Amino acid sequence: MEILSFLIPVSLFLGFLGLVAFFWAIRDRQFEDLEGDGHRILRKDYDDRPKADRTED
Amino acid sequence: MAATLTPSATACPACVVVPSAEALAAKRARAESRIMLSLPSVRNATCISSVERLLEATPGVRSARVNLSLKRVSVDADASVTTDDLIAGLNGIGYPAHELDPGLLSATENDKRGRDLLMRLGVAGFSMMNIMLLSVAVWSGAEGPTRDLFHWISAMIALPTLAFAGQPFFASAWASLRERRLGMDVPISLALVLASSISLFETIKGGHHAYFDAAVSLCFFLLAGRYLDYRSRAAARSAAEELAALEVPRALRLDGAQETMVAIADLRVGDLVRVRPGARMPVDGVVINGASEIDRSLLTGETLPVQAMRDTIVSAGEVNLTGPLTVRVTAAGKETSLHRMADLVAVAETARSRYTSLADRMARRYSPSVHVLALSSFLGWLWISGGDVRLAVNIAAAVLIITCPCALALAVPAVVTSASGKLFRKGLLIKDGTALERLAEVDTVIFDKTGTLTMGAPRPLLLEDQPRDALPVAMALAAASSHPLSVALAAALRSMGVTPAGLSDLREAPGYGVEGRWQGTRVRLGRAAWVGADEATETATYLDLGQGAAPLTFGFADRLRPGAREAVEGLRAQGKQVMLLSGDAAAAVKALAGDLGITDWRAGALPAEKAAVVAELSAAGHKVLMVGDGLNDTAALAGAHVSISPASALDAARVASDVVLLGQDLGPVADAARISVIARRRIKQNFALSLAYNLVAVPVALVGLATPLIAALAMSTSSLMVTLNAMRMK
Repeated sequence: MEILSFLIPVSLFLGFLGLVAFFWAIRDRQFEDLEGDGHRILRKDYDDRPKADRTED
Repeated sequence: MAATLTPSATACPACVVVPSAEALAAKRARAESRIMLSLPSVRNATCISSVERLLEATPGVRSARVNLSLKRVSVDADASVTTDDLIAGLNGIGYPAHELDPGLLSATENDKRGRDLLMRLGVAGFSMMNIMLLSVAVWSGAEGPTRDLFHWISAMIALPTLAFAGQPFFASAWASLRERRLGMDVPISLALVLASSISLFETIKGGHHAYFDAAVSLCFFLLAGRYLDYRSRAAARSAAEELAALEVPRALRLDGAQETMVAIADLRVGDLVRVRPGARMPVDGVVINGASEIDRSLLTGETLPVQAMRDTIVSAGEVNLTGPLTVRVTAAGKETSLHRMADLVAVAETARSRYTSLADRMARRYSPSVHVLALSSFLGWLWISGGDVRLAVNIAAAVLIITCPCALALAVPAVVTSASGKLFRKGLLIKDGTALERLAEVDTVIFDKTGTLTMGAPRPLLLEDQPRDALPVAMALAAASSHPLSVALAAALRSMGVTPAGLSDLREAPGYGVEGRWQGTRVRLGRAAWVGADEATETATYLDLGQGAAPLTFGFADRLRPGAREAVEGLRAQGKQVMLLSGDAAAAVKALAGDLGITDWRAGALPAEKAAVVAELSAAGHKVLMVGDGLNDTAALAGAHVSISPASALDAARVASDVVLLGQDLGPVADAARISVIARRRIKQNFALSLAYNLVAVPVALVGLATPLIAALAMSTSSLMVTLNAMRMK
């Protein structure tokens, strides 16, 4: 059962990484337009080269 | 000990209806950097691309981004770019757009609150999963030091989580306690605090049961309900209330020969004001100079413009159409008819804010019983066990956790979110949280005519029957004027492929019509008396070709709004009374009522009469749905049990109504009524489900058999059932 003393911190740490990723996603406003982002990847506008200048939203 | 509800009335509803000049000026200044447009018809990737490409190709636009979930686009642009240009451009490629007040400050604040709730939800979810993993081990029989270790780890995760994620509940419980009432958040906070402190105590003592998992999952489910509730409110409110204002708070004052732009508030009775063609009357007054026609449709519902000349009395809000007018002010500011109408709205709105939602009614009855149950179980067990405080507190905490309105808190938001999402996809924006519930109770529907059942724009009739050679002349004359009938005639002729005849000496006689010279003879298009024709009964304009022939009559009819027939038929099929209430002349109203099969109609109704009809019906026990768009409907809209207005409606009308129709189609009104009935049924089912769960679980908790495992199971299954039930909205 000693293995638990490693596994529990490890799993907590991994879960915490997920939480940090979630925070980052919220701050990056990735939940503002769920539907639109789903459609955006289907369009061909910027297939050849990326959009010229990305201004702050 | 009953929880009381604070009415959500705004302090001054009239301020909302007629925004002050300062507020509007501030709005304009902000709009220079960012423009928000509502785009009801964007659907997919192609729409996103074409809208963004068009906007970014417009000179002065720095960037444009479409938000498909909210169906709007935000544009970053230089101050030189006007909203009207962008709207015209978007209309050109087939996307009708409405301006939204960017309200940057309030919008970002709203976003912050939403993100804040989402973050707390995320933290609670993360902790819940981890604690549940540990709890599964305890439930399946971990003993001694292992169990204590797991309890300690759970405590270390749960306590900071509750301190952070539970803040919304603690804050609102504190606020309601200070006002000496018991909202739903008081038992919630009590349960969270009691459960975690009991569990901490048990953990220190090495006890069997800790409720960390229950406390955290309770917090998670409640936050989920809160977040859904917030989202459905915020999305609707920000879009609908901010549809930009039409009112112009300024006027051109004549001081001798000089014209100065002044705020309406600075005008005094007796001042002279110049009103240009196309502008709205800023004041009530009397015309002392000039000739024109004025459009009263927003105030009275009349489709036909009225002739204005010396001594004509005009009211604020009317639109001057063809010629410049000089008006002597008889009433400005608070005395104008526009303002008196706003006062009517204020009175009506306070009456409506007394509505108590199903959830509030439920909470009022439920919340005291939670406290009573927990307290009596504590006292009861204290007595039975002969003073074992630890056991009694344990059981009281279990009772609190079980009875805490987890499923109850999700019951309404989940249904409202799923129903309003459905309606949003059909083009309806729910502005008010309780609008769906109120809509479900409706048994009488009152429609306005002009601008609601009809498009409010005339369409020429039977152009094919007119002599072919007259059409090019009519077109050339009509194209020279901005009068609504001329504009409609020119557009119809253009779509028939008619090319305008070459005329010379084109001249508009304001208030009368247009004249010109064609092949050496004088031709005129305009009023019957001016052209020398006999007045027809219907709305019409007259063409005199000048060669001694009798003048031709071009009849007009207002176009039916698409979906109007479906809406009326759909509502009647649902067993609702349909009524038509218009300020227009009897003949026009009767024709439309006959066409749509509405037997109950009233014409020539003044704004106060409309409101009175609504009040009368309400007093007789009817629940009235008012559908209208004009200023003359505003008081009725505010007074009705629930109200709907199209996006093309006047500002004040949209603010006064609960639901805004984003597209042109009126059809969704019938759908809305149908879906609201389903939604109310789902809400009631959800209440029944969570009460049934309490009926089973509470006795178990009262006799002291509710282990953390049972609490966790009961809570999760009931929340899940309620959510799934909400989602099967068809």
